[in-house]
Amino acid sequence: MVCNATIEDYALRSIGIGEKLLPKSDITLCDQFVLIGSGVIWNLYFCIIALAFGFIFAILTAIIRFNKYRFLSKAIDIYVFIFRGSPLFIQFFCAYEIFVLLPKIGFDINLLFTTITVETSWLTKAWLGAVLVLFLNTTAYSSEIFYGALKSIPKHDIEAAEAFGLSTRRKYRKIIIPTMLRNSWSSYTNEAIFLFHATTLVFFSSFPAWRQSGDALYYASYFADKTFNPFVPYPIIAVYFISITLLIILIFKIINVYFTKHLPKERKMPIKLFTNMVR
Amino acid sequence: MFEYCTDPDVLSTFEWFSCYLTNGKHLLFYKSFGLIILLLFITAPLAALLGLLAAVAIKSKFLLLRLFSKAYANIVRGIPDIIFFLFIPITIDQLIEFTRHKIKCPEIVDSVWQGSDFVVCGAAKLPLNSDPQWIHDIYGFLLAVFSFTIVYGAFAANTFYGAMNSVPQSQIETGKSFGMSRKQIYTSIIFPQMWRYALPGLSNLWMLLIKSTPLLFLLGIQDVVYWARELGGSKTSIFQYPHPDWRVWYFLSLLVFYLLLTKISELILNRISKKIYVPI
Repeated sequence: MVCNATIEDYALRSIGIGEKLLPKSDITLCDQFVLIGSGVIWNLYFCIIALAFGFIFAILTAIIRFNKYRFLSKAIDIYVFIFRGSPLFIQFFCAYEIFVLLPKIGFDINLLFTTITVETSWLTKAWLGAVLVLFLNTTAYSSEIFYGALKSIPKHDIEAAEAFGLSTRRKYRKIIIPTMLRNSWSSYTNEAIFLFHATTLVFFSSFPAWRQSGDALYYASYFADKTFNPFVPYPIIAVYFISITLLIILIFKIINVYFTKHLPKERKMPIKLFTNMVR
Repeated sequence: MFEYCTDPDVLSTFEWFSCYLTNGKHLLFYKSFGLIILLLFITAPLAALLGLLAAVAIKSKFLLLRLFSKAYANIVRGIPDIIFFLFIPITIDQLIEFTRHKIKCPEIVDSVWQGSDFVVCGAAKLPLNSDPQWIHDIYGFLLAVFSFTIVYGAFAANTFYGAMNSVPQSQIETGKSFGMSRKQIYTSIIFPQMWRYALPGLSNLWMLLIKSTPLLFLLGIQDVVYWARELGGSKTSIFQYPHPDWRVWYFLSLLVFYLLLTKISELILNRISKKIYVPI
């Protein structure tokens, strides 16, 4: 089967490049494969941005909670409780309604060399609003994972570091954070996978797909509606998701090898999948 | 609900709200919370049972059964659950209607897939077009229960499989050397002990199940999300109780409902896990 024409038309359709109209009749297998694959770009975008920012903020919040700064840790506890205790689906709805109600204003942000105008109406668009919700959600879950790992660091490791006279900064960089990441890597891998799966909720909750550019599930259900045959589009999206899930596992395993390369074999911790479920 | 509610335009704020929050549609909204609880209490035991069966099947001696159950447990967990919630109901629906079509209307030889339509004869429709609304509702709810059971059965299978493997091997070997059969080893050594190991995983699963119940909305069921959207949307003065867009308040109340549900569950599960010694 030659898909070149379809790839040219639809490979980047989800980000607005290519043919305007979606295929309406005579939908071929090729159309379905290419267009659903094009939707995966959105899923990857949501996942990577939310995960990258979430990782940094999760470590920061976990350290704040570990050190028990009075008001700040309490506030973070409440934040984590709210985001871990409620369904992501409802969070999307709430956030979207709040974003819609925000006054439509623009802020000028003065960078050194240029000025950009930030508008609050961007929050009602999936590329910013949904990413913000996913970021807050994954930060809460990862913060809990990292906080648990921090609490389980052996006391004498930290005391040894202090006895050596390491500064606080070096103590965290050399001892605490590496140990924390090593101990929680397995759970964090699962969190990354669940976050990736959760990205499918974006266009199914409240964020409208602007000019029919949606994620993989948006197109899959579009085809299921149009052809009245669920047996083609859903298995296709399943294939995409399983392969990317395997890719995520591979990447995290490689990082795990890097983390644990100095450890003797019996202390290396293999990534255990799906032992700690979230969301 | 109250006697003074006949003309809402003349009421004071408090009375207006007391009437507004108890009108017919709001009572349906409150009932849909019961639907969520009902779904939880029906699905949880079913999924646990399916998971247990699948876990035993993964450990079975028959290659085919083993492969099938392994594939089930792994494939379902590798795909976002929302895809299953969209896929399973429509599949089951088409399967049943196709079978009924073949039995009830054998005289029609045309294929049921005509172009982009799925056409079955009137007698094969399920539920029948002439059936009352409540049968349609129950049918939809059963499809939802089925989908949830399939998805969470796979997660439970994994938990039970891990728990069964955590029962000390020496005990199983002791059982074998006493001449116990496979069945006896399962019923008197593995099953009684695995619960302690499975409890943390099962608690997690319960939380996960709670948090996926709003997906009922995607199955076209009139659940809490449906009513929150319906009631919260802005109402013009044609309606008895006009108000601007209040959806955000409705969704925030759903948020609070779910927070309460997970918090209460957490407290109860913590109590149980304190009573049962959970080895790690």
